[in-house]
Amino acid sequence: MSSVAKKKPLLWDYLTTVDHKKIAILYLIAGGFFFLVGGMEALFIRIQLIKPDNTFLVGDAYNQVLTMHGTTMIFLAAMPMIFAFFNAVVPLQIGARDVAFPFLNSLGFWLFFVGGVFLNLSWFLGGAPDAGWTSYATLALHSKSHGVDFYLLGLQISGIGTLAGGINFLATIINMRAPGLTYMRMPLFTWTVFVTSALILFAFPALTIGLALLMFDRLFGTAFFDASLGGNSMIFEHLFWIFGHPEVYILVLPAFGIFSDIIPAFSKKRLFGYSSMVFATVLIGFLGFMVWAHHMFTDGLGAVANAIFAVATMAIAVPTGVKIFNWLLTMWGGQIRFTTPMLWSVAFIPSFVLGGVTGIMNAAAPADYQFHDSYFVVAHFHYVIVGGVVFGLFAGAHYWWPKMFGKILNETLGKITFFLFFIGFHLTFFIQHFLGLMGMPRRYFTYLPGQGLDTGNMISSIGAMFMGLATIVMLINVVYTAIKGKKAAGDAWGVGRTLEWSIPSPAPEYNFAQIPYVRGLDALWVEKMEGDGKMTPAEPLGDIHMPNSSILPFVMSVGLFIAAFGAMYNDQLKNHTAVGVLILGLFITFGSMFLRSWIDDHGFHIHKEDIADEGVEA
Amino acid sequence: MKHWRLVSLISLIAVILSACGHANQSTLNPQGEVAKMQYDLMKLSTLIMVFVVAVVTVLFLYVIVKYRHRKGQENIIPKQVEGNHFLELLWTIIPVILLIILAVPTVSQTFKLSDEKQISKDEKKKDAIVINVNAHLFWWEFEYPKQKFITSQDMYIPVGKKVILNLKGQDIKHSFWVPSLAGKIDTNVEGENKMWLSADKVGTYNGFCAEFCGPSHSLMQFKVKVVSQADYDKWLADMKNQKGQAVTADAQEGEKIFKQSCIGCHAADANDTRPPAARLAPNLANFGDRDMVAGIAKNNEANIKKWLTNPEAMKPGNLMTGKYGDLSADQIDALTAYLTSLKIAK
Repeated sequence: MSSVAKKKPLLWDYLTTVDHKKIAILYLIAGGFFFLVGGMEALFIRIQLIKPDNTFLVGDAYNQVLTMHGTTMIFLAAMPMIFAFFNAVVPLQIGARDVAFPFLNSLGFWLFFVGGVFLNLSWFLGGAPDAGWTSYATLALHSKSHGVDFYLLGLQISGIGTLAGGINFLATIINMRAPGLTYMRMPLFTWTVFVTSALILFAFPALTIGLALLMFDRLFGTAFFDASLGGNSMIFEHLFWIFGHPEVYILVLPAFGIFSDIIPAFSKKRLFGYSSMVFATVLIGFLGFMVWAHHMFTDGLGAVANAIFAVATMAIAVPTGVKIFNWLLTMWGGQIRFTTPMLWSVAFIPSFVLGGVTGIMNAAAPADYQFHDSYFVVAHFHYVIVGGVVFGLFAGAHYWWPKMFGKILNETLGKITFFLFFIGFHLTFFIQHFLGLMGMPRRYFTYLPGQGLDTGNMISSIGAMFMGLATIVMLINVVYTAIKGKKAAGDAWGVGRTLEWSIPSPAPEYNFAQIPYVRGLDALWVEKMEGDGKMTPAEPLGDIHMPNSSILPFVMSVGLFIAAFGAMYNDQLKNHTAVGVLILGLFITFGSMFLRSWIDDHGFHIHKEDIADEGVEA
Repeated sequence: MKHWRLVSLISLIAVILSACGHANQSTLNPQGEVAKMQYDLMKLSTLIMVFVVAVVTVLFLYVIVKYRHRKGQENIIPKQVEGNHFLELLWTIIPVILLIILAVPTVSQTFKLSDEKQISKDEKKKDAIVINVNAHLFWWEFEYPKQKFITSQDMYIPVGKKVILNLKGQDIKHSFWVPSLAGKIDTNVEGENKMWLSADKVGTYNGFCAEFCGPSHSLMQFKVKVVSQADYDKWLADMKNQKGQAVTADAQEGEKIFKQSCIGCHAADANDTRPPAARLAPNLANFGDRDMVAGIAKNNEANIKKWLTNPEAMKPGNLMTGKYGDLSADQIDALTAYLTSLKIAK
């Protein structure tokens, strides 16, 4: 037995772990928790809007809930959950024993987590941020409570974590692929993680700069965005959207990758047009950086800028369309088994197409003067983010659950979740297109009776309840499966095509007893068709070198958490206690970094006798 | 599959709904040249997109029905197709063509609507109708620079004429939107934006702030009143004479209170010559003519009194709350009488 890890108490084990599989579980739990929080906020919003002139949640209180719904869902739910799958799946898909920088991986998680906790503490410390998830500078600078400071500091901390994660997966995918696994043999999910990580690398610094400058304006008396002192608030909008538009692809490309793995598996066919899928992914990633100003069509950038960004935006439809048809043709001639992950994947196609086509409609700048900041846009981006990303997360969760936890989620409950959610989703958001066209602006906490908006809002609110119900069923399923579920085989669904299905479920600590040799695209499928269904090892059985676990990433993150409080209450450096707290926090962080550099850490070995003991079942 | 029926049902309801957008605030029921142009582009893009959705849906339904797994097929391995160059080219080229069909009118319209040089040229024409729009937390000011007077909350324009707007945010960023007349443009704090619009029919149209601006963003509404040319000319002339003088005894009492408690921020004289930044609250010169109190509640005595008693309850985060001391019930009555009397049609 690989003893060392097992003897630790559970909490300490998870606080100190550098194992990508455990970090994946941490990301999933934390992201899932914030998903529930963001979902509650969404329900509050829909309760307020269920009828005109409602008084359930008005004025600044509504704005806080609205801001936190968007911020939580994007940064604290969707991002960590895609990172959960990055961690759970990528090393297994490329035949690696861990990520390139396990310590950094743990640090990335804890930074995200303390940032998210910090942001949500605003609810109890004077009010949450109320300037929208976009936090445009004039409004953010005008906001009186500390809410926006929580947003700025919290997101900067968790942003460092995300950036670290992106760099880690770039390094992992470039360096740690198993022998024979060339770039053009990589599973599409790994490809999308690769492109997404590159997007993170280039997009997040823009956000960090925007947030940092705004933080200086609010907390340290600068005037980067204050027009009355010679600043310019439009710069913040540019910085935000230079990050914000690629962010959409950062979220949705991994979802595309998940579908590109699931659809072939349950159609029993290889992915149609693999190379064009790879090319389309890279092209979408590239074009994603060329279109940010379409979020600013109504800013008055002028006809030339608007025309250029309109056409550039439309161009993205082409590679996205290629993907849609490739998925359809993958299923064409196959044998489609409608398991829960496959249901989510199949339903994604028409749902996402609806979100895509409204995106093109938004790209037509003069028409966007009408759509912009109306419920049409709200409908559009929920079709993209829920119909694309959330469907992808549900699909991935059901698909890889056995690989992460060793048991397949109950299929009946899974299907109930799916149908409730699918119906609720379309009920909530389809009608919102029309609400927007009929003159309902976005981010309104109320509408007046007699404006023709009553029925639509009522339908939309009812739909939201369905999605809430679906989520509850999903939670029940998780508990039910944990208690009653049967242990899954290595190739849990029996249709696995990629490397993660060649090892036991859940994967052992060292993933692969022997690093496999890859002979083609869909490595396991190749062995199933042409070999004995088992991977050929690329190395003899030997001792496996593993990284030591460490509490330092957690301590470093806590240091920044403490420092953030100091920064927030510094009152132009006049509050000396706060300045002291700021320095203490930074001391903890930099002190831990010093310790990490100073103390040699050689890791440990799992001996080959122990590996043999565990018996590789694949 | 059951849920497909539901989706089509929802679509059907939606189509029926779309036919009944209100003429005074729906983009689907455009009442002016700009909104009509934009509606045409919306229709063209919708048409193309419905075609795309239809093709994908048909293909999708065919695939998931035809190629579903059936009992007894467990051991069959489908042919592992790598791809098909012809098909892949086809679904690259057709979308490109569709996008070109959409891109051409998009670009041409963008230049028609957003070319600031052209708008500036038009603005200099002698008979051009120009209005400066100043957005404030949470109200709108309309300045008629040629006539040199100011009003707020209700913007008057003549029917069938091109109106040029210079828009600016006076505190933070807002956005000016009258769905049935024209798409929106932001009112930035850094500088003026320009747009133009026109209305085909006499009537009152709902306007909104479309850029998130704080607690009462949702309540930052205004009206565009489209009147005949003759009425417009008369209105311009009358507005110059709106100096905020009270006539009846009741109103005169109110005027006194106004001059003590309100004048610090509000003006009742339309010919307010202070610079925009000094005009801290809506000009009330024609308050009695307005449809709404504070842009959101019907203009009647009860609502005026409600507003004067506790503005916070009607418009959270407004800048009037707490600025004018306590008013007795009698004072509120007098003020209400005064405000109601501030109208053109006497």
